[in-house]
Amino acid sequence: MNELATREIALVDLLDRLLAGGVVLTGNLTLRIADVDLVRIDLRALVSSVAPAAGQTALAATDGTEEDI
Amino acid sequence: MTDTGTGTLADGERRYWYVYAVTPAAGPPPPDGLRGVDGAPLCAVPHDDLTAVVGAVPAADFAEEPLRRHLEDLAWLEATARGHQRVIDALTADPGCVLPLRLATVCRDTAGVRRLLSANQERFLEAISRLAGRAEWGVKVFADAPERTETAPATGRDYLRQRARRRTTDDEAWRRAEETARAVHLDLDAVAEQSRLHRPQDPRLSGESGRNLLNGAYLVPQEREQEFCALVGRLAGQLCGPRLNLTGPWAPYSFAQVNDLAPDPDSAPEPARENAT
Repeated sequence: MNELATREIALVDLLDRLLAGGVVLTGNLTLRIADVDLVRIDLRALVSSVAPAAGQTALAATDGTEEDI
Repeated sequence: MTDTGTGTLADGERRYWYVYAVTPAAGPPPPDGLRGVDGAPLCAVPHDDLTAVVGAVPAADFAEEPLRRHLEDLAWLEATARGHQRVIDALTADPGCVLPLRLATVCRDTAGVRRLLSANQERFLEAISRLAGRAEWGVKVFADAPERTETAPATGRDYLRQRARRRTTDDEAWRRAEETARAVHLDLDAVAEQSRLHRPQDPRLSGESGRNLLNGAYLVPQEREQEFCALVGRLAGQLCGPRLNLTGPWAPYSFAQVNDLAPDPDSAPEPARENAT
């Protein structure tokens, strides 16, 4: 851990977890601030604009099983 | 910090509540001096056996339209992601489980935060007991494009032959590299309690030269951490060509999905998407 833990976390590793992990507390929809107090964003557009999927590999999750981003 | 839930910041600006994590109620309070997204101090919103760790954020930045705009700004996204991670990091320094939430989970008031806890209490508790005493580790494998040692073709026919040969050897090299990545994943998966594959990272974001063949997350119980890291070290030493990269320990972001959350009245239920292997 030591050496690894002190190294600054790469943004891309962080985004893997913050945009595809973590507890999701609303449906996979856009936020509806007018009538619901809970707001969550649909980040699909951002992620696909920033990081189009790299070439598929044998190990890559395919589109069909890709986590909800 | 008031706990009335709704309100305004000192400068009269309307605020919302950014929810970072859910922890067991018995956990310690958020450390003094810790600042989250937008530099805001944190507070705990308890409800029965759970506590949500939240911080105030300006509604002007986190309402639908501004948030959408901000999220297209990589610098803003990075600052927000790092603020989120700083809080999760500080919380996981204490013993006890921390369920990290996805980026930009925002409530309009603390009553909304409490409703969230009460509506999902059992599932949160189940996830906390499933993840307590475990950390996430990230392992990636990168491979560079195969090297070429051919001489320049003398004729057009030579060129075509060379191109065909090159395609075959490149395919073969990538096939071997992918086999290697698969073997690494299977070895790690055998020691980990659970694993999940993230999609390969784009080199423009990762800054890595090679192709990302494995981007795995592994849930490892504390008592197997040494074994897991030693295995990663051994595998890294055995690789011939591809490179291996380890990150961690992380809060269990990739394993925190809570299935069958209480549905939002206005949203279609989200299908369970289990990608664990």
